[in-house]
Amino acid sequence: MTLLNPIPSIWLKNGLEIKLKEIHTAPLISSWVWYRVGSRDELPGRTGVSHWVEHMQFKGTEKFPAEEREKTIARAGGTWNAFTYLDWTTYFETMPADKIGQALEIEADRMENSLFQPQEVESERTVIISERQGRENHPSFWLTEGIHKAAFQIHSYNHMILGDMVDLGTIQRDDLYQHYKTYYAPNNALISIAGDFNAEMMLERIKELFEELPQREDPPRVDRPEPPQRGEHQLTIEGPGDTVLIDVAHHAPPASHKDFFPFLILDSILTGPQGLNLFGGGGISNKTSRLYTKMVEDQDVAVNVSGGLPATIDPYLYTIHLIVHPASTNDTVLQVLDGEIKRLQDSAPNREELERAARQTRALFAYGGESITNQAFWMGFSEMFASYQWVTEYLQNLETVTPEDVQRVAQEYLLPRNRIVGTYQPHNKVNQDQ
Amino acid sequence: MSKQQYSALKIESLPGPHDITRSELGNGIVLLVRPNPNSLSVAISGFLQAGSLYDPEPKLGLADFTATTLMRGTAHRTFSEIYNELESMGASLGVSPGAHSAGFGGKSLAEDLPYLLDLLADVLIHPVFPKKPLEKVRSQLLTGLDLRAQDTGEMASLGFDQIAYAGHPYRHPSDGYLETIRAIKRDDLVNFHAKHYGPKKMVIVITGAVKPDKAQELVETSLGGWSNPEQAEIIQVSAVSPLEETTRSHHAMEEKSQADIVLGVVGPRRKWEGFYPALLGNSILGQFGMMGRIGEAVRNRAGLAYYAYSSLSSSIGPGPWTVTAGVAPENLELAIDMIQSEIREYVTEPVSSQELADVQSNYIGRLPLSLESNSGVASALLTMERYQLGLDYLQEYEKMIRDITAEAVLTASRKYLDPDRLAISTAGPPR
Repeated sequence: MTLLNPIPSIWLKNGLEIKLKEIHTAPLISSWVWYRVGSRDELPGRTGVSHWVEHMQFKGTEKFPAEEREKTIARAGGTWNAFTYLDWTTYFETMPADKIGQALEIEADRMENSLFQPQEVESERTVIISERQGRENHPSFWLTEGIHKAAFQIHSYNHMILGDMVDLGTIQRDDLYQHYKTYYAPNNALISIAGDFNAEMMLERIKELFEELPQREDPPRVDRPEPPQRGEHQLTIEGPGDTVLIDVAHHAPPASHKDFFPFLILDSILTGPQGLNLFGGGGISNKTSRLYTKMVEDQDVAVNVSGGLPATIDPYLYTIHLIVHPASTNDTVLQVLDGEIKRLQDSAPNREELERAARQTRALFAYGGESITNQAFWMGFSEMFASYQWVTEYLQNLETVTPEDVQRVAQEYLLPRNRIVGTYQPHNKVNQDQ
Repeated sequence: MSKQQYSALKIESLPGPHDITRSELGNGIVLLVRPNPNSLSVAISGFLQAGSLYDPEPKLGLADFTATTLMRGTAHRTFSEIYNELESMGASLGVSPGAHSAGFGGKSLAEDLPYLLDLLADVLIHPVFPKKPLEKVRSQLLTGLDLRAQDTGEMASLGFDQIAYAGHPYRHPSDGYLETIRAIKRDDLVNFHAKHYGPKKMVIVITGAVKPDKAQELVETSLGGWSNPEQAEIIQVSAVSPLEETTRSHHAMEEKSQADIVLGVVGPRRKWEGFYPALLGNSILGQFGMMGRIGEAVRNRAGLAYYAYSSLSSSIGPGPWTVTAGVAPENLELAIDMIQSEIREYVTEPVSSQELADVQSNYIGRLPLSLESNSGVASALLTMERYQLGLDYLQEYEKMIRDITAEAVLTASRKYLDPDRLAISTAGPPR
């Protein structure tokens, strides 16, 4: 079953890549500008700089002062936002179709002309510190940060996208501006647009706005591959509260690796289905996944289980999140988890489990495809670590995974020496169970 | 780029009397259907009169506990059978309580709608509240409350309700407290279900790849035979008296980096004639663009907070009108002063004609985006039915928004927002 068709890329003279998809079901257009820069491009001393630059991109240019720009989008009834991730940074607007031109003008302008005024940099410093402090209020933040520090001794995936607090205090305006001028170039960017337009006319307008922006030198890349881990890492974060959280992270293949799709099926079997829907499309519950069934239903060792395998350029992490049942112990939880992993390593899953994973994915695509914003997102997102073909063939690739593929992936990746076990231990339970 | 290249919104393309079918079953259930031939899937949404307002005080959280346990098994299906079927077909279904009603929602591929409705009827009418799984749900609810206790935003919000709604049923959290959840017995769930789950005043909306007559036939088959002569009458909530003076509380929490603020007043009911002027005013105060005037002052100019915005949450009863912000503990008083100052200015002078035109344009322009998915349409139809707004509500919407004046905004806002009689709740590091 084909849910998505290939969309060829078009390149402008300055290297800017364009993907356009006409969808005429609603009078809406969603436009995304993607830059190939994220926290992977940061070294100690400058962590968080990509995310901070993203914030500064909302602070205005000579042509579009910040406040005026926000009002332009809001007046039109549009929605806009930006995200900084490990491998990419993206800016999107979903607008009534007749208003998309305003959004494109803003994006073309801020690809080149953002001001980074010193007083705005300082005002945003405290906003970003506040953003990080807000996250720090949640126990899971500290656990996630600890896991990344332990998992990546060499690779730049080792810090949070928000950056280390010490760097948020010391990064200066020129650091930010240099980062902007290095990575925000048409030849390091991609525009994906879906919705109610004529593709030829849209391309003409994009050329008018973007083609004269100067091409720059290819940006430098941080290339520090993480060597294989040589033994299990364990860490404990202590803090307030009564609930124990355990994250078990395994080093995992990148999105373009042949093992990635079997790994997605493995995750679906262990912790439930994931989709690619960022904007609606809803979730499917995971009550029949193996870990939920065993740990929550049968043995009462956890009150919830979830998992995640993000699509990335370099090898990243497959993480299983466990909320420990108050009457259980950490050791018991890990024993039960290990038992389920061993079961998958010892015998291949049955075909029915694989077919169910594929059916769930098909349904998630059907729900998510209702959103023009999702459609434009998929086109650009997949190009950041692979190609749009990765999305169009996603379902087919899942359907061709065999039970033996899943078993092999479990045997190769879900090993103690390849994992990091992180525990959030409330102070009042520190000496009860380790 | 000329406008002719793109489509603009057409009023007749909005859901309205021409394509919404509204009918009432013999047992009182109201059904609304809006087909979408472009879709592969269907969404269902609805509510029945079983919200947390019906919780007895020693057992707060009972409505939540009951709704959460419905899917643990029925007279015809075990928990495992329910989820095996749902998850195998890539469908979803859930029941969750609000203050006045228990809401339900689900989605499936079009061909699975008969199953989804059959399952919905089964969990609403024939739950068995099995003993052992019930304890599992209790553990999950208690863990949720433990996590809530570590969330500064949640704790500030609870504190606000305690001050602003003192003596009123809205002061209670729908998920209860540790001691009240522990006090609930299986018989309480059975009795709550018997007393409050029934077809009277129940509403169900179906949108997506289904024809109205087919949807009606399916709902009639699955829910048309349901009756509950014991179903309790609907509670009407009383008005809330404004505070005599600004009242503060602080919930101290160890080892937190940031403090959260929730401050505001008890606002209007959704059906109040000044609701829409107040809603547009709220957008100017703390939502439009980058969080309105409050965002401009607290985030953009002062750099004090990542988020600082206002919300007006009117419902059947008088909902809260609040400002929420997360700030460094040392900036707490400064941020509160700035927010109070913005509120004071807001209720002193009328908003400018430009500000009003901006938010009017925003509220009108964003309509198609909110109606893009089947779930979005279902949500809009449910709101229309809940507040009796009429099937032509979306088509009349633009005119209604355009007709609001700056004077109406000021009058509506002054009636509720008083900068000298605020409930101010904060949660974070000890002061």
